Amino acid sequence: MQSPFIDNPAGFEARSQDTICINESHLQHKWYHNFKYLMVGVLFGIGFVKAEVISWFRIQEMFRLQSFHMYGIIGSAVATGIISVWLIRRFRINTIYGEPITFAPKKFNKGQVYGGLLFGLGWALTGACPGPLFAQVGTGASVVAVVLASAVAGTWVYGRFRDWLPH
Amino acid sequence: MLELIKQPWPWYVAGPLIGLTVPALLILGNKQFGISANLRHICASCFPGNVPFFQYDYKREIWNLFFVAGIVLGGVLAASFLANPAAIQVDPRLVEELATYGINDFSGLVPVQLYSWDSLLTARGLIMMVGGGFLVGFGSRYAGGCTSGHSIMGLSTLQWPSLVATICFMAGGFLMANFILPLILNN
Repeated sequence: MQSPFIDNPAGFEARSQDTICINESHLQHKWYHNFKYLMVGVLFGIGFVKAEVISWFRIQEMFRLQSFHMYGIIGSAVATGIISVWLIRRFRINTIYGEPITFAPKKFNKGQVYGGLLFGLGWALTGACPGPLFAQVGTGASVVAVVLASAVAGTWVYGRFRDWLPH
Repeated sequence: MLELIKQPWPWYVAGPLIGLTVPALLILGNKQFGISANLRHICASCFPGNVPFFQYDYKREIWNLFFVAGIVLGGVLAASFLANPAAIQVDPRLVEELATYGINDFSGLVPVQLYSWDSLLTARGLIMMVGGGFLVGFGSRYAGGCTSGHSIMGLSTLQWPSLVATICFMAGGFLMANFILPLILNN
């Protein structure tokens, strides 16, 4: 299907790196349909806060192997995801609009190693990955807005120099 | 009931709830769970410059910005109505280690002695907040996803590149928390 996105012909796979930019619904909805995603985000954010996933201390415990808590959360979240995806495939479940649910394969590249290691360093420093950063701002930790702005800057610098980086 | 919800949630409640985000987004509109992509959408919408990586129709990804707006709102609601007044219970070994760096206030989810507007002006605060944030943004895009896109969505769909990314996330985290962070905190 023809995509409205402009791909970068010279660069390394500008789109498939983010499967998010591949799965496009061809249905047109009014903007307020997006509020259903906001509701999912609200529940997700509350879960993050109440399970202390957004706590810098919990992340430090995890990386020092001092607590099972975070491993239990990630493990049971992945198990729930695997079962859900299996059920969706097995019973060919459609979206609420009747569109088929599709999955895009992720291709391996060296970025997953180099970028993964750099991300891990940042994760342990800030004690938060991108989701918790947003939730932390919501809980009133206003200074985390600086961390988020810096993460946006990091994303921009990656986008600017990605053709020079090994992939 | 409300008293129970105000307590910290155990992993076996929160984990499946977080995992259910995967089918919820798929069923609501064939959307793939991934949070760090929003950082890219913010770049594409606010300052794409002349960078091909940011030349795409971000308006089609607006659902994801609604999703993270929901996460922020969830944080507001949890802090306003469901907050646990007690300090976080952490492992005594971590308490002992952090005490050697002068960190002994466990009242917030974010350590108030490290993450504040005042400490932003110190070398330690600058490295942790600005440096850490930069690594999170740069690394997640370089890896093609973060803990949500790779470790939850990617592993849920049994993608081995996501397993590689997840192992590298953990390796980087172990390295930082055990070997580099102590040097930074000592300052």
